[in-house]
Parts: sequence; structure tokens; C-alpha cells
Amino acid sequence: MSGGLYSMQAKDFDQTLDLTKVKPYGDTMNDGKVQLSFTLPVPEGPEAVEAAKLLLKKMGFENPLVAFSKELTPGFTFFNCYGSLVHTVDYSNIYVPKVESTTMDMHECDEYIKENIGRKLVVVGASTGTDAHTVGIDAIMNMKGYAGHYGLERYDMFDAYNLGSQVPNEELLAKAMELKADAILVSQTVTQKDVHIQNLTNLIELMEAEGLRDKMIVVCGGPRISHELAKELGFDAGFGANTYADDVASYIAQEYVKRNKQ
Amino acid sequence: MQSKLGLDFKKVERAKGLAKEIADEVQSFVESYTTVAVERTLCRLMGIDGVDANGVPLPNVVVDELKSKGVLGEGALFHIANAMIATGLSPQQIAEKVAEGNMDITKASIADKAQLEKVLQPVIDASVNKIRARRERREHYLKTIGEGPKPYIYVIVATGNIYEDAVQAEAAARQGADIIAVIRTTGQSLLDYVPYGATTEGFGGTYATQENFKIMRSAMDKVGEELGRYIRVCNYCSGLCMPEIAIMGAFEGLDVMLNDALYGILFRDINMQRTLIDQYFSRIINGFAGVIINTGEDNYLTTADAVEAAHTVLASDLINEQLALLAGLPEEQMGLGHAFEMDPMLENGFLMELAQAQMAREIFPNAPLKYMPPTKFMTGNIFRGHLQDALFNIVGIWTQQGIQLLGMPTEAIHTPFMSDRFLSIENAKYIFGNMKSIGEEMEFKEGGIVRNRAKEVLDKAIELLEQLTSEGLFNALEKGIFADIKRSRVGGKGLDGVVEKGANYMNPFINLLKGRK
Repeated sequence: MSGGLYSMQAKDFDQTLDLTKVKPYGDTMNDGKVQLSFTLPVPEGPEAVEAAKLLLKKMGFENPLVAFSKELTPGFTFFNCYGSLVHTVDYSNIYVPKVESTTMDMHECDEYIKENIGRKLVVVGASTGTDAHTVGIDAIMNMKGYAGHYGLERYDMFDAYNLGSQVPNEELLAKAMELKADAILVSQTVTQKDVHIQNLTNLIELMEAEGLRDKMIVVCGGPRISHELAKELGFDAGFGANTYADDVASYIAQEYVKRNKQ
Repeated sequence: MQSKLGLDFKKVERAKGLAKEIADEVQSFVESYTTVAVERTLCRLMGIDGVDANGVPLPNVVVDELKSKGVLGEGALFHIANAMIATGLSPQQIAEKVAEGNMDITKASIADKAQLEKVLQPVIDASVNKIRARRERREHYLKTIGEGPKPYIYVIVATGNIYEDAVQAEAAARQGADIIAVIRTTGQSLLDYVPYGATTEGFGGTYATQENFKIMRSAMDKVGEELGRYIRVCNYCSGLCMPEIAIMGAFEGLDVMLNDALYGILFRDINMQRTLIDQYFSRIINGFAGVIINTGEDNYLTTADAVEAAHTVLASDLINEQLALLAGLPEEQMGLGHAFEMDPMLENGFLMELAQAQMAREIFPNAPLKYMPPTKFMTGNIFRGHLQDALFNIVGIWTQQGIQLLGMPTEAIHTPFMSDRFLSIENAKYIFGNMKSIGEEMEFKEGGIVRNRAKEVLDKAIELLEQLTSEGLFNALEKGIFADIKRSRVGGKGLDGVVEKGANYMNPFINLLKGRK
């Protein structure tokens, strides 16, 4: 392997952390080191390696290194690369909208609802549209929950109805009306070709048409869902990766209290 | 056989006996009914294909016509045969006339049974010969160019465009894949018809159509000849069109089919009566066509806990085996499913997995077991994921699984890139080669974790099967015994497509195909 790996050259860049100019970290502050891999639709050879390096330069990498390349099938070459990124971002000036609630554990949440609401909250959830994945909605709703976080079914103060997967938006709404739900949970796992966006938008449109939008707390979740996206699509909140039933339960309880105080 | 786990084969026999009782009860229900999907399959076996002016498949046109007139219980063959005698037309011509609104096949005068059989015979022979020729073609390939060693390396292609899928599949075959599964678009399982022609769209996959089967078969024959290794093609014979997709696969020479009613009931909310009837005929077809079926027990553990619910997987495998035997499907074509799905942070989880995989191997010694990689605990950390897949591959080679569905490091992020597939195949081939004979070298300690785990799972599976024999499979599904999911006997999709067989009902294919070659 060519130089770079055990390079003894002086690190002649400023090694102090400046949060207004943050760049990736390999083993030295501001070295900008990034690893990436990709495939180019070209045959293996020196030209392929050069093409990969040129792309890295265009992406803003100095000292591009192609550590490994391999032709996957005739005409397609795979690369593992390293480089030092020239770009920086201003970390001190970033705003990310977040769900504004305090996460309580199951018992705290049940107590909170008993004290502040005095009855069980009714929640209806489903994985909607063509989405056949139940893993998301199950993680939030099923008794067992996920990764040690019990699902809403186990809470004393939630009446949780998990309708499962591939539930049409119309059916979900009908069930929510029938049960006089306080909140609707929608899970979307399949996101190919942005099918989740169409599906989520459609639900909000339906609710608006029925005059239901303000009557329920509407929440969506899934590995590719962010709170920001959810708000953009007209939901009250969005829960992405690494959020659990207690996050969702706490939000619903607090949001319900907030709304009914006003 | 000497058990490496010290399994008590008397218990295994007992478990199989209980599973047979459960399957027999289901079968006694199944035999009195037919479904729209079964009748459409019979239309296809009559050579009816194509779509009408509105894009509706002709088998649907014919069957919907019979259903709307309330005579589907007599079966499609009875009506088609009468129409053939009355008009002298072929089934395809009859279907076209029905589609144009120029014929009412329910009005044809009724011929006697011998006449009906006589007019159908040449069409039946042509279809049976077509399927047999496909099967012989595969057998010829296996004899001449051969196949890869077991576990077969199974990967998916899921670009959503059949032509792009073919490019990905060729790459995968060159890298060492033995089985290519073309993922179906999400939602197809709930369509009560099979789309027609080549398709270049879908979400997370593309449609299963007969033309798509043909495109992939031809691409894999070409690359297989080039590589000197037969490449199997897999698709999904599940959902509301089980037997129809089975017959399309049989006509086009597919090799492997996902084919599991229990999966459809639990994970797609398909009505249990409908799909168990559909499954019976689809398995008869798959059996005759030499197709390896895959069952979906591996998925139970994505919703239920893999440590606590391991016995439900075994119990379901045992029931699926008996249901398959009742449909004449040989053990050598039973890709019963199970999975590597415990929380990776669980202490000695690997040993439990190893125990369960070895147990499945010993309980179903002739089955090309389908072993499924971790999915629930794939987190987007591709580096750890690659390692989880490596442990899974170790279990696969150690316990001699039949079909190893390769995990991808990017599971839970996107459908596989060409490079993901390469890395996964490299991972599997490295481990399968480097640890080739580990199963023959290693024994399990008496009274140790592995032996105890296997014993515990078998004991619990027997307990569950005992409960199921007293309750019946339908009740068990209503109670949520599998995968923690409850399904109602009259709920779910497709029940309105079930009808009781009438006095004139005929399906000679059951006798012609079941348990035969």
C-alpha cells in the first residue's frame, strides 16, 4: 500500500477544535479523515482507480487514497477509499427541531396521566398503506416493546390498539373515530421512492377533509422519519431511530395535557 | 442416525405424530373447498393467458364471471369443458369471447362426465408435459453443468425493475450466488390477480409475473452455462395468488418458491381458510415441478422473542412438514425456515443458535433447510452487522443448512447495492471454505449448554403441539400462539374467494400431479 498509512510527515494544520469550523476526525484534530466506499460502472484497472481519486477530489478530499478495489462483475468496480475533507461546518449555529417533551419511564408516565388526565388515553396505531412491516409499530405498541422499553399495551394508562400492517389510511381513521382515539400512531418502514411521504401526506389530507386533524394527536415514526420531516408533512411529532415507546408515550401524555389546558 | 445433541428420537417421532394430527384436521377442511385462485390456476392449466381490453387477466375474467353467477362451486373446468364441447373452441378462445361479452359459458348444455374428460384430456396432457419438460430441463442442467455445494448461497435482487434485477443477478451469480430471489413489490401479496407482462416498477421489488419469471430464467441459464454452475431462481408463491404463481413458476422453470400459508396469515393478514386451501394446490404443483418450497417461520422471531419463542418455530416447521407431505411434496424439496435472531448482546446466544440449527438439521435430515440471517438486530451499524452475518454463516456451515439466505451489512438501510451483495458473498464463501468440516470435527458436551438448549426447545415444541392437537390449528391462530399475532378465522383478506365444491366439481390435476414426477 502506498504512503499515507505510516506517513511521518508533519501535521502542519491547526489542531485546535473550533466548533464554527468542524471537520471529520480520524486520529488527530482537524485531520478531516473520511472512509468511504462506492462502485463505479467501469472495468478494473489504473484508469478506474484514477477515476475514483478524481471523484474524491471533486467531493472535496485532499490526499485521496484508494485502499482497495475489486471488479464485482465485468464493468463494475468497487472501491474502499480514504481522504482528508477540506470542508467544514459551523456546529455552533445548527438548529434541529426536536420533540419538546420530557421522557418519563412507564411508571412515571402512568402516574402523570393518572394525576393530570385522570383517564386512560386511547391510542390507535398501524403500519399503513402498502407497508408490510410491523416491526416499528410492534416495538412501540406491543406488550413486550423493544430493547427493554415496554410497549404501550403494557401501560396501565393507555388503551392501545395495534392494527398491524398494510392498513389503508381510511381504515385507520375509521377505527380511530370509532374508538374516539386521543392519538394516532403511524409507522412507515418502507421508504423506497418516497412512498412513505405520499402515504403520510394522504393521511393528513384525509383528516383535514374530515375535520379531524385538530381532534387527535397525530404521530409518525420509522427509521427514516425525523421530527422535522413529520412537522413538514403536517404531523404533530415524528420519532426516528433510537426512540422507544417511553418517548412516544411521554410525548402523547404531555401534549394532551398541554392542549387541554389551553 | 447418531444425534450430536443427544436428541431423543422417540420424542421427535412423537412430535411428528402430533403435527400430523394437526395437519390432517386442516386437510379434512381443505378438501371440501375451492377458491378463486385455485380456479384461476386451473384456467391457466387450460392454457388461458393474456389480458382483456382493460388489462384484466383472462383467468380472472372467467372466474369472476362464474363467481358472479354463483356457479363457481362447480369449478372452472366443468364450465370450460362444457363450452368446449358446445362450441368446438379452445379454452383461450372461450376466455376471449367471455371477455368480449360474447359468450355465457354458464349457459352451455351439460355434457356427461366421460365427454367432459375426453375433451379436456389433450389440454391436460399438454400442460402436464410442459411442466415435466421444465423439470427435466433442470435435472439435465444439474447433471451436466452441476451446482454449487450446500448451503446454497441465496441472495436477493430488489431494484424494482426486472431488467436491472437481471444485471444484479448476473453479478451475484458470478460472485458465487446459487439462488437468486427476485423480491416482489410490497403489496403484491394482497392483489387477487397476477399482473401481466414485464414490469419495471414497484416498491422494494417488482411484480411476480410470468414474463418476469421468463426474463430471469433466461438470464440465469445464460450466466449458469458460462460459469458451469446451475443458478436457481426464486420467487414468492404466497399471498392471495399462491397456486397461480406456482403454476407460472412451474411453466417457466423456477426452482425455489416461498410458499407458506402460515406466513400469509400472520404477516399479511390473509384469511386462514382461503390461504390453506390455496396452499394445498400450490404445494401439489410445486412438488410435481421439482420446486423447493421455503417456509416463513424465520419471521416469527422478528415479532416474538427468539429465546422464549424458539419452540414455536420448531412446532410450525413440524406442521408445515406434514402439510407439505399431504400435498405430495417430497422432503428433499422442503426448505423449512428458521432463523438466527437473538439479541447479539445475549451471553452465549451463539450457542443457543447453534443448538437450534443443529436440532433443526437432525429433526429434518432430508430437508434443504432455509436458514435466515439476523434482521431485527441489524441497526445500521454496517460493521457490526457484517460480523453478525459472519456468526450466522458459521452456524450455517457447522450445521449443514440447505439454503443460507445471506444477510447484508446494510440490512435496515436499503435494498442491497451490488457491492453489499459482493461483501456478503465473500463473507459466506470465506467462512464456508475456511470452516468446511467443522461439523464433522466437533461434538457437543453432554449436559452442556448446546445439548440442554436443544432438549428444552424440543420439549416445549411437543408441549405446544399437544395443546394444538386438542385445539386445532385454526383456534391456535386465533389465540396468537405463533409470532404473538392473533388472527380471526373469518377475518383478514380473501375469504370471499372461498366456495364449497359442488356435485360436478372436477380437478383432475390433483391426482395427476400429487406426489408424482
